[in-house]
Amino acid sequence: MNRLDDTLHLPHEKVQVRPAQLRGARTISGLKWRENLLAYIFLGPSLILFMIFFFYPMIQSVYLSLHSTDLTGRVNGFAGLDNFSYLFNNHLFFNGLKVTVYFALLTVPTGIILALILAALSNGKSKGLTIFQFAFSLPVVLSVGSSSVIWMFLFHPSLGMLNYFLSLLHLSPINWLVDPKWALLSVSIMTVWMNLGFNYIILSSGLRGIPDEIRESASIDGAGPLRLFGQILLPLLSPTLFFLVIVSVISSFQAFGQVNILTHGGPMNSTSVLVFSIYQEAFENFRFGTGSAQALVLFVIIIMLTLIQFKWAEKKVHYQ
Amino acid sequence: MRRYFPATVHYIVLTICAFAVMYPVLYAIATSLMSMGEASMYPPHVIPHHFNLRNFIDVFDLVPIATFIGNTFLVSIVVMLGQLITSSMAAYAFARMNFKGKNLLFAAFMATMMIPWEVTIIPNYLTIRGWDWLDSYQGLIVPFLAASFGTFLLRQFFMQLPTELFEAARMDGCGHVRIFFSHVLPLSRPAIGTLAVYSFLQMWNAYLWPLLITNSDRMRTVQIGVSMLQHQETTQWNLVFAGIVLVILPSLLMLALGLKQLVRGMTVGALKG
Repeated sequence: MNRLDDTLHLPHEKVQVRPAQLRGARTISGLKWRENLLAYIFLGPSLILFMIFFFYPMIQSVYLSLHSTDLTGRVNGFAGLDNFSYLFNNHLFFNGLKVTVYFALLTVPTGIILALILAALSNGKSKGLTIFQFAFSLPVVLSVGSSSVIWMFLFHPSLGMLNYFLSLLHLSPINWLVDPKWALLSVSIMTVWMNLGFNYIILSSGLRGIPDEIRESASIDGAGPLRLFGQILLPLLSPTLFFLVIVSVISSFQAFGQVNILTHGGPMNSTSVLVFSIYQEAFENFRFGTGSAQALVLFVIIIMLTLIQFKWAEKKVHYQ
Repeated sequence: MRRYFPATVHYIVLTICAFAVMYPVLYAIATSLMSMGEASMYPPHVIPHHFNLRNFIDVFDLVPIATFIGNTFLVSIVVMLGQLITSSMAAYAFARMNFKGKNLLFAAFMATMMIPWEVTIIPNYLTIRGWDWLDSYQGLIVPFLAASFGTFLLRQFFMQLPTELFEAARMDGCGHVRIFFSHVLPLSRPAIGTLAVYSFLQMWNAYLWPLLITNSDRMRTVQIGVSMLQHQETTQWNLVFAGIVLVILPSLLMLALGLKQLVRGMTVGALKG
């Protein structure tokens, strides 16, 4: 094995042992083979898990969407595109899409603008700002489960704080989660709050990445804080903003927890977003085929959004 | 900036904003300290008049919250360790090894980041049910043991380590396994810390998957437990909020200790874009 063995053993033994070692490990192709093997051992655990829980389910989703299933999820027979034509002739499915788009329109711009204001106000190196940076990041660690339950109580029609604040302003109380006109807006308010921490962290890191010299030279040239922000910092921040818009739209298409807890899709399906209707279709009505078809529609929407983002990133690289 | 916007006004505006953002959490903490009568009083009290710490004991009688917390800790810790092992190994292979099909496999790993988890839940649910893993720790843990986000994060970090380090280790006769364990892992503590905070929070906060695959109190996780609290036929808001505060406490601690790590993890994606 090592030099110590070599010196101790007889010469003819040495000749027998070393060529075998050489062939196994020291030749170039042997080394390559070993590196390949080792690499696949390192990748193995992740690969196996992804195969079972990502790639197989994607194929299975396509398979299920083309079949009809019984209540336990067993495949009954081939259905062709029946599940899809059922979806596209179903007003509830279009309602779900419409609600999801409204939800994205209500949550994404508001969430980003609020976070941008907070990031602009608390951007700086002075020690006193740290506590505010902590406060504005706070919602990022809270789960959709606990946040929804807290807001459920804030929205409570008679004892909730929101209606109490309205009464202090001499406004009449609102049936936040029960009134079909208000329910989606209420869920959106809660979602904007919940996403504020993430948006704030992304935007304030973006602002911090802009060199100080740019700010200094702008203020020497006599730009006020509003002009500095609007005409210099905002354009420099646009790649971050674009990233955030796409990520936020994707995450609004994935919303589920707050809807399930706060309104359960109601009243009158006014808050039944796409993932909630997938959940209902598959796990409450036990129609796994149409559920899978809806999931594939969601998949196509999200892949398209992701591709738009990549196209943009590519363009940016070309211009630089 | 100062000339146009006096510092005092700036700080007053910031304080109002901070209070507004933190309000739901402050409200939860305040209500969790109130007595039952005080919590259901109208007009509501903003600050509790007496600190009623007994709520944090009484809530254990209302729902089996100790079991929920224990379950979720177990699941989160195991998933965290699992993701650290699988991601760091895969990341090392992508960052430092040459092998056949590397580009293709890397693209496959990245693709899993683009597939939203919601799209795969129906087949995954059927798989877990087929293995008879409903209502079990395995069912909660195994699907999450690998993470493409973690692989990507650690790969970026491993690639930034100086090449001299690897050359020197090679000269000393270290193979990949030795380099990985005794050089790369110890040097990558910051990135590993980020992934640890992330994967723990991801599992602690998980909602949809535990909702689908658990159905007994014995197996429920905190997020499902906390949403069960609101269904209790009770007006004991103080106890409900004591439960919520217990559940969000680990998250708040993570924020206080690991804000830097969280920010690093989030900006990995943003700076790429």
